[in-house]
Amino acid sequence: MGRYLIRRVLQFIPVFFGATFLIFALVFVMPGDPIAALSGDKPLPPDVVQALQERYHLDEPLYKQYGIYITNVMQGDFGTDFRGRPVVDLMKDRLPVTIRLALLAFFFEVVIGLTAGVVAGVRKGQFFDSLVLISTLIVIAIPIFVLGFMAQIVFGVKLGWFPISGYRQGWFSLMLPAFVLASLSLAYIARLSRTSLVENLRADYVRTAKAKGLNNRRVIGIHTLRNSLIPVVTYLAIDLGALMGGAIITETIFNLPGLGRAVFEATQAQEGAVVVGIATFLVIVYMIANLLVDVLYGVLDPRIRYE
Amino acid sequence: MSDDPSKESQEANDGTIGDESHLYADTVGEHLPVDVVTAAGDESTEKHQFRQTPGVAVGLDELPRNASLWGDAWRQLRRQPIFLISAVIIVVLIIISMFPGFFATHDPHQCNLIDSLLKPSSEHWFGTDLQGCDYYSRTIYGTRVSISIGIIVVFFVSIIAIVGGSVSGYYGGSVDSIIGRITDIWFVIPTILGGIVILSLVSTRGVGTVSLVLIVLGWATLLRLVRSSVLAVKANDYVDAARAMGASNTRIIVRHVLPNAIAPVIIVSAIYVGVIIAAEAALSFLGVGLQLPAISWGLMISNAQRRIITAPYLLVFPGAFLTLTVFSFILMGDALRDALDPKLR
Repeated sequence: MGRYLIRRVLQFIPVFFGATFLIFALVFVMPGDPIAALSGDKPLPPDVVQALQERYHLDEPLYKQYGIYITNVMQGDFGTDFRGRPVVDLMKDRLPVTIRLALLAFFFEVVIGLTAGVVAGVRKGQFFDSLVLISTLIVIAIPIFVLGFMAQIVFGVKLGWFPISGYRQGWFSLMLPAFVLASLSLAYIARLSRTSLVENLRADYVRTAKAKGLNNRRVIGIHTLRNSLIPVVTYLAIDLGALMGGAIITETIFNLPGLGRAVFEATQAQEGAVVVGIATFLVIVYMIANLLVDVLYGVLDPRIRYE
Repeated sequence: MSDDPSKESQEANDGTIGDESHLYADTVGEHLPVDVVTAAGDESTEKHQFRQTPGVAVGLDELPRNASLWGDAWRQLRRQPIFLISAVIIVVLIIISMFPGFFATHDPHQCNLIDSLLKPSSEHWFGTDLQGCDYYSRTIYGTRVSISIGIIVVFFVSIIAIVGGSVSGYYGGSVDSIIGRITDIWFVIPTILGGIVILSLVSTRGVGTVSLVLIVLGWATLLRLVRSSVLAVKANDYVDAARAMGASNTRIIVRHVLPNAIAPVIIVSAIYVGVIIAAEAALSFLGVGLQLPAISWGLMISNAQRRIITAPYLLVFPGAFLTLTVFSFILMGDALRDALDPKLR
């Protein structure tokens, strides 16, 4: 386990620098002069331009700029917005809402997705199974923002069960957005756990367990589920990336003051530094989550430690 | 009880595939959409795929005589209602996107403010939007953007993935490591998030810009898939035989490896068209995709959101078209998988 852990962490380092560099370089190659954009139609005097270039190191080559940037990021400095406010402060304000939303969505995914998948897998070929297969396929096909508006109209406006938008009622106002955010991954998890369970149920060890006289509950609950959940766990890590993209859309639709909406507002206001800062932060979170799940995966499935 | 039960189950699967094909038929169906996502970074998932793909290779050898994989697949597809339905919808959508003027009842850019926000009627089938434009005609013209971005992006992504993936999988060694590490890096950048970052910095965005960004961000998943598929095919005897007969590496890849490794790529590409169409709509919805006066379902939905209570039809029609389009590409992928995955036979 120790060697596996070390190898995973070592692999993480180049990916970390590579991904942050990629974002930085993609922004760097974009056309447009950030200083000219500051001044509007009237050009700035040349010495002001030069002073600004020196202050933000814009006259340095790409790799040096990246070096300065990544050193700052590792010290928790994600840059400032146009008014000079550190992006980190904005993130501190907005992060709690997003974390709550993501946790609630994760909860829905795991509880509803797994239950539906397992029940469908056990009753393969029966009515509930077909219901799960068809409904998940439909959910996968509906883009998240269409689903969000539909939920708003039906559950917020017509039925009035949930707040339509905003964050005035705390956790309760997060219920509907979290459900919308969870829906896509929920469908995938249901299908994945169903398939995995069905495959494992045909395995020899299941036959052995049955032959030993164990009841169905034990055969499925103890023997099969543990093996079937391994791919689901892997999926949950990758899913975090989808949750982030989804959070930007969901928070925008439901008007939640989270990180996702901060990204949206920053794109509207053309605050490049804020967009890049938050995106870098999210990608770092995503990478760390992937690393953690890799380690967890090694614990769950000893085979992959010995490759 | 063995201490390594799931490995056993894998072997058990390989052994029983032939006899239980009827049982297996509807379970295989879900593998790919998830694999698309789970083909991600870690080697463990790749291993998972390797273990499965040798089954594909064995299956190919066991096909009945006089039937190529494609001939067989086609025969099965023709009998499958899911395939027929999704194929018809996709063909209709492509025709609409090529000749939108033929289907539209009005000029989508000619709007009368006096007709603002009319409800659906016999004159305006889907009603009119705030500017008084005929909403049906706009929805029809929106097909063009979605379908073209979906097809352009997936076309180029497939080329990158097939070239990169087969080089990486076939030659192995340091080329494989380099491509593998680059893919790892690309993999941790979620498409929508990366798209927002890049596109928010571009002031004028058309179909070309959005497609380019989605290509730049979207190739990693598919490349991994091609690589693992090529790796599995490469292990076959006929590849050794071709090499022994003096075939060049390029010839082996093009004539022997790729034709046998391409099936999973086609399946995922079909699904991917749907995914890309949804991504474009999401970006346009967030205001970083296409810009007015372009006609895009994402933009239409974005503009409709302020009126979801007074004029819900503004949301419903483009939303329904978008969903139907994505849905039919995903269904198509499902049907193709059922036909092309020889494990089912």
